[in-house]
Amino acid sequence: MDWNALELSIRLALWTCALLLPLGLCIARVLAWRSFRAKGFVEALIALPLVLPPTVLGYYLLVAFGSTSVLGQAYQSLFGSSLVFTFEGLLLASVIFNLPFAVQPLQRAFEAVPLHVREAAWVSGLSFWRTFWRVELPLAWMGVVSALALVFAHTLGEFGVVLMVGGSIPGETKTVAIAIYDRVQAFDDVAAGVMSAFLLAFSFIAIGLVYMLAGHRSQPHV
Amino acid sequence: MSDPADSALSIALLQDAPIPLDAGLAVAPGELVAMVGPSGSGKTTILRAIAGLHRPRAGRIVCNGVVWFDSALGVHLVPQRRRVGLVFQDYALFPHLSSRDNVALALGHLPPARRQARAGELLELVHLGGLEERRPASLSGGQRQRVALARALAREPEVLLLDEPFSAVDQVTRRKLQRELAVLRRQVRVPIVLVTHDLAEATALADRISVLHRGRTLQEDPPDAVTNRPVSPLVARLMDQPNLFHGRIADRRDDGRGVLAWSGHSLEVARIGPFRQGDTVAWMIPASHIVLHRRDRPSRGERENPISGIVDELVAFGPTTSVTLHVDGRDSLPLVFSVATHAVRRNGINRGATVVVSLLADGIHLMTPEEPS
Repeated sequence: MDWNALELSIRLALWTCALLLPLGLCIARVLAWRSFRAKGFVEALIALPLVLPPTVLGYYLLVAFGSTSVLGQAYQSLFGSSLVFTFEGLLLASVIFNLPFAVQPLQRAFEAVPLHVREAAWVSGLSFWRTFWRVELPLAWMGVVSALALVFAHTLGEFGVVLMVGGSIPGETKTVAIAIYDRVQAFDDVAAGVMSAFLLAFSFIAIGLVYMLAGHRSQPHV
Repeated sequence: MSDPADSALSIALLQDAPIPLDAGLAVAPGELVAMVGPSGSGKTTILRAIAGLHRPRAGRIVCNGVVWFDSALGVHLVPQRRRVGLVFQDYALFPHLSSRDNVALALGHLPPARRQARAGELLELVHLGGLEERRPASLSGGQRQRVALARALAREPEVLLLDEPFSAVDQVTRRKLQRELAVLRRQVRVPIVLVTHDLAEATALADRISVLHRGRTLQEDPPDAVTNRPVSPLVARLMDQPNLFHGRIADRRDDGRGVLAWSGHSLEVARIGPFRQGDTVAWMIPASHIVLHRRDRPSRGERENPISGIVDELVAFGPTTSVTLHVDGRDSLPLVFSVATHAVRRNGINRGATVVVSLLADGIHLMTPEEPS
């Protein structure tokens, strides 16, 4: 078992969740309750990582993060380090390829909050911020749990994008999924098996949690 | 319409989309005005505009001297800054909170320590003591409506807005809630606007009724006036007046009385109004002003506009029975009136029977006929 890789994967997953939750909440709220001309386009863009081959997404991110790109150069001059083959670059890539896993459950959850209930909060004198904390978020919390579970599990398991953007630098970008591939290449079947079993169990628990909550949500709730 | 200067709430709205509006309303403190009209007539839109949930294209809403909305001045206060109590048609309770917390959340103007106790008092006021910890899902429709009302009252609103508040409960609960509202009105001296399509409810509860059609305020008067003296045949139809006909002024006397020629009959009319001899008019008579002649002995008003007809339909609504008469046996002239159910039995009124009724001169109301559209 490559504990180093596991620790890195969990650190990456936690950071991804921490960054994606506020971002996902903002995007999901807008998509759930506003209608604007480019809405379909934005939704499609966010869903792209679901259908794109990870290597394709990884390739474009690699190009976008590279030292010849505007983003890469801006990051280099701001922080003095490269986005490619670093943990920070990997984290940014992770946030991007996890967008649909965060936004879609949150958007569904916000869409299920009736407009009248939010209006009732405003008419009752609740500020928009208080309405968010006391009414919207409690009613959408199952979407939040789903989003976090999906993002966490998906980050642990992502392979293609990580390999393209991060390479396989131990302690910096070598995640547990890459470590498994490494071990198989080195004919270390025992280590590969243990790590695979761990990822399998973890993913199953995460998905099980989501389905359990989804089942709970479908009960009458007036 | 009462003078906007004396009213606690006065509104004038004008827009052509999404729902055309040309509506005015003025409500005094403690007064209850019912807005009635068919679906899509703009009732709910007006209510939402008062609450700040809809921004009309043009108009002005003033409450207790404070401008809530003025398109010319560019003023549009957000709902949080208008002290409005709104009971939504579907109640829109917060499903994740207990009754008490539903109400307490609207008590943001009180110090946090006072909110729970005050929420309890408000729930007592709407007869929900003992159900404070229940969530909306475990309350009946009538109980939810009461929570919604308690929450609407929590902010000590300057205006109370009720959007079809009784439409989602059964008949028995509805009658009970209506009686309670009539009592509650005396305790909260704020203007109340009630949106309803139940005309009986509007007539029973309101001080004045505002009749809306396609966003236009057609008439705003006490229930009696709107029911018995509608300003136009359209209002008469919206108020569900069945006895609406056309006739011609045959005579006009100096005392304001006159004679209406109608389908071969000459009807004595108590108030001719602005019409002249020879004018074609629309006219109506409320069911309450049609008196059935008794067979065994003559009664008051026998001589007053007697009309005979054949009974076509009898529908008993408990103690009263609605009778449809074909005047002179012609089904083009149905006349609808109500009699006590026991009187129907005693007089042996059956389908096909010929009966005589009086159209009381006092009840005949004349209107300008509609332009053919």
